[in-house]
Amino acid sequence: MLVETGNSSPSHLFTPDLLTGVTCRVAVPVPGLEAFRGRDVISILDFTRSDLESLFEAADSVDKLTSQAPLKGKIVALAFFEPSTRTRLSFESAVKRLGGDTLVVSGEDAISVAKGENLADTVRMLDSYSDAIVIRHRYEGVALYAAEIAESPVVNGGDGRQHHPTQAMLDLYTIRTLKGGVDGLVVGVLGDLRYGRAASSFILGLTRFKPAKVYLISPPPLRVREEVLMQLDKTGLGYEEVEDYRGVLPELDVLYVTRIQRERIPDPGEYERIKGSYRVTLRDLHGRAKPGLKILHPLPRVDEISFDVDNSPYQAYFIQARLGVRVRMALLAGILG
Amino acid sequence: MDAGEGLLVRRIREGTVIDHVEPGKSFVILKVLGFLDEPGERRISVVVNAESRKMGRKDIVKIEGYFIGEEEEGIVAVVSPRATVNIVRSGRVVEKRRVRPPRRVIGIISCPNPTCISRKEREPVEPVMLLVDEEGPVYRCGYCGTLVRASDVPRLIRV
Ligand SMILES: [Zn+2]
Repeated sequence: MLVETGNSSPSHLFTPDLLTGVTCRVAVPVPGLEAFRGRDVISILDFTRSDLESLFEAADSVDKLTSQAPLKGKIVALAFFEPSTRTRLSFESAVKRLGGDTLVVSGEDAISVAKGENLADTVRMLDSYSDAIVIRHRYEGVALYAAEIAESPVVNGGDGRQHHPTQAMLDLYTIRTLKGGVDGLVVGVLGDLRYGRAASSFILGLTRFKPAKVYLISPPPLRVREEVLMQLDKTGLGYEEVEDYRGVLPELDVLYVTRIQRERIPDPGEYERIKGSYRVTLRDLHGRAKPGLKILHPLPRVDEISFDVDNSPYQAYFIQARLGVRVRMALLAGILG
Repeated sequence: MDAGEGLLVRRIREGTVIDHVEPGKSFVILKVLGFLDEPGERRISVVVNAESRKMGRKDIVKIEGYFIGEEEEGIVAVVSPRATVNIVRSGRVVEKRRVRPPRRVIGIISCPNPTCISRKEREPVEPVMLLVDEEGPVYRCGYCGTLVRASDVPRLIRV
């Protein structure tokens, strides 16, 4: 399934599917989420502000969705060709809470599938066994590629260093929940902004709102990639690249921290040079951070946030992880409902 | 065409003259257009490093008996954005146009990112480049977003 959405999904890539029209779904769209029905989720930029706002409203009242079991009789394939626990479990929980079932391809299965046949054939197989496919892969562009092949909607569960749209959705939802909205906030994004897909997707997601300012904080080798900066420039988002978070800390309403993506850094020597180059500690925060500062992290963390922050009022990363299931529920209900 | 160039290569009667080609890019253009591998009946002449008032140095490519199409012009634009195309009929230039980079290029330029799905082996997928900046020009991989500039193109041409 591929719906033309601006420049991220070129129309010539549309692959007519011979099976179109064979399956017939008569489900009623979930109120407020009509815009999501049958849609692929490749990049956070596929979604407008109003799309995201209706998603967040649906996430607020997700208990109502649970009782309606909108995914009853539906199967969602979770194809994780890259190790993942958190995202996969979060999706699995979301599907099951909505009354649906999952078909999980991960770990050993994923490896043997990957060895035996090409991705295109695997996607065709999953497409015929399920109603939607969530896919994670270490190659950039896999979700878009899968969406061109599959008839069912495809949700990007992370493609290499590029996109992680559902993470960005839950990050923005967390900020909205804790701070009442994103507009007018000063947001710092700290860490591996080059190889980390969560960071890139979050930054791109911010362009859908009107934060007062965004600080892109990283050691020089981990700066935001030029294609992402180019997109920021196009939207007119006010941002500044800095190296040390302590300098801008007093201004921040939100600090989004990410780990260094060791597995994606081409040169191992590079990782050794930059590992441990930033760390958020309670001592740094004390007396300098705004009292209302909220610290987010897509998790898992290595040593970027010291454990003493966990029990402070700044900690929002555990809340964020919990809210993830709600957002994924709303999204899946919207797509498949 | 600049004066004096006729001394190097004779005028053609019917065909295409690609002028103002960035020095050294003439063979890349011929390669991309497939003329190096299959010249067929066509007579092709190339001038490398001709003098040019506008550019200092330039290449010129003359293809006799062949009229370049719009899609091919787009490819020329990707390799050498300032090139001009002259269509010659009965020994006279009947049309002269500046090339324009196409909005999308499919299958010709491979993505420089080794972990892009378009580079993965055994997948039926063609690289897709989308124009993001006409000056330059700058392209973006339709799959992984990596930027590709005109100067990167010669080494990324797929053969
Ligand atoms: Zn690419």
